[in-house]
Amino acid sequence: MGKLAKSPWMLHYDGSSCNGCDIEVLACTTPVYDVERFGIINTGDPFQADILLITGGINSQSESVVKQIYSQMPNPKVVVAVGICACTGGIFKECYNIKGGVDTVIPVDIYVPGCAARPQAIIDGVVKAVELLQKKREAFASQRKKSGT
Amino acid sequence: MMRVVSVILYLLLAPFAGALLDGFDRIITARMQGRKGPPFFQPFYDLSKLFSKQMIAVNGVQLLLILSYLVFLAVAGSMLFAGADILMCLFLLSTADMFLVMAASSDSSPFATMGASREMLQMMAYEPLTLLLAVGFYLATGSFQVVDIIHMPLSSVLMMPGFLLGFMFITAIKLRKSPFDLSTSHHAHQEMVKGLTTEMAGPILAIMNIAEYYEITLMLGIVALFFLNQNWWSWPLAIVACLFMYFLEILWDNVSARVKWRTLLDSCWVVTLLTGGLNFLILMLIK
Repeated sequence: MGKLAKSPWMLHYDGSSCNGCDIEVLACTTPVYDVERFGIINTGDPFQADILLITGGINSQSESVVKQIYSQMPNPKVVVAVGICACTGGIFKECYNIKGGVDTVIPVDIYVPGCAARPQAIIDGVVKAVELLQKKREAFASQRKKSGT
Repeated sequence: MMRVVSVILYLLLAPFAGALLDGFDRIITARMQGRKGPPFFQPFYDLSKLFSKQMIAVNGVQLLLILSYLVFLAVAGSMLFAGADILMCLFLLSTADMFLVMAASSDSSPFATMGASREMLQMMAYEPLTLLLAVGFYLATGSFQVVDIIHMPLSSVLMMPGFLLGFMFITAIKLRKSPFDLSTSHHAHQEMVKGLTTEMAGPILAIMNIAEYYEITLMLGIVALFFLNQNWWSWPLAIVACLFMYFLEILWDNVSARVKWRTLLDSCWVVTLLTGGLNFLILMLIK
C-alpha cells in the first residue's frame, strides 16, 4: 500500500440526486461501516480531496459547479460516480433538464451502480478508486521528476 | 549543554510526538463514537500523502506565511524547552498565530477570510489568560525563567490551581477542539468548509499540520510546567498529568457542540476572571 492508499480523502457532491445515494454515502461514515478505519476522511474541501464522489445526474445548473470542483482538486485525483443516475442519468435520463451521467461533464474513473447504491458497493468503489489513485500517483510522481519541479 | 540538547530534541521530536498524540486522539474519538477508527499512525500517512500532492496555491505569499507560522511556533516551543523566558515564549506564540491569520486572509476565498477573522476572535478570547499565566508563574515562583520555575521545591500547581483550570479551558481553543473550533475544525461538514485552511492544499496543509503538532507539544509543555519541581518524580507525574489533560480535551470535544463567537468570548473572559484573576489576587495577597 502506498502513500495515497492509506489516506484517501473524499469529497461528496450531490449533482441532482433524489438524496437516496447521499444518505447511503453518509451511512458509510457511521459506526456500522466506519470508512475512517481505511484512513478515509469525508472532507468538504476540494483543495484537500483525493476522491470526488458524485451522486445524481448532471443538469445544466450543476454542470458548472461540478467542473469547478473538479478543477480545484489537486492532482492526482479520482472521480467515482455513485448510483445509476450518476453513471448514466438513470430514470431521469430522458428529462429535458438532465444532461446525463457525470461523464458528460468530467472524466469518471469508477462507476458504482445501484438505486440506491448500497454502502458496501460504495466502499467497494472507493477501495477500487484507492488502487487507481495509487497508479495515478506513481504516474504523477514520475512526470513531476521528468519536468523537474 | 542540557539546554541545547533539550532544544534539539524538541525541534526533532515535537512533530512526531504531536502526530502520535493526534493518532491517539483520532482512535479515542472513534471509540467514543462507537467506531473502530483509523490506524494509530494515520497522521503520518496523511502527512506523506499531502507532501506527494500537487501544489495548488492561489498566491506565492501563502507558503511563506505558513512557513513563518511553523518557524515562530518552533521558536516559541524551543524557548520553553530551553528553560528561557515564559513571557517571551507566550508572546511568540501569539505572533505565530498572526502569521496563520495572514496566510488565511491572503487569498480571496470568503471561507478562509471568515476563518481568519474568527481566529482573531479566538486570540482575543485566550490572550488575557496566557498573559496572566506568565505573571502568575512570576508571583508563585519569583521568576519568569522556565528553568527557575521547574527547580522550585514544590510544584507551582499548588500555588496556582486556578490558572491550571483556566489554562485547560483555553487549551481547547488552541487545540481546535469543540466547543471552540470556530475558525477551522478537524471534522468535515461545517458552515464554512474548512475555515482557515480552506485554500490550503497538499504540501501547504502538511506544513500547517506539522506546525499544529509543534503547538500541541508546546501547550502540553506548559501544562507540565505546572507540575515540575526539583524532585525526579515530578517528571513522570507531569507526563501523566499532560496525557490526562489531553484525554479530558478529547472528551470535551466529543460531548459538546460548537458555540457562537459571543459565547466563546464571554465564557473565556469570565473563566479567565474567575480562575486566573482570583488566583492572581490570592497570590498577590499571600506573597
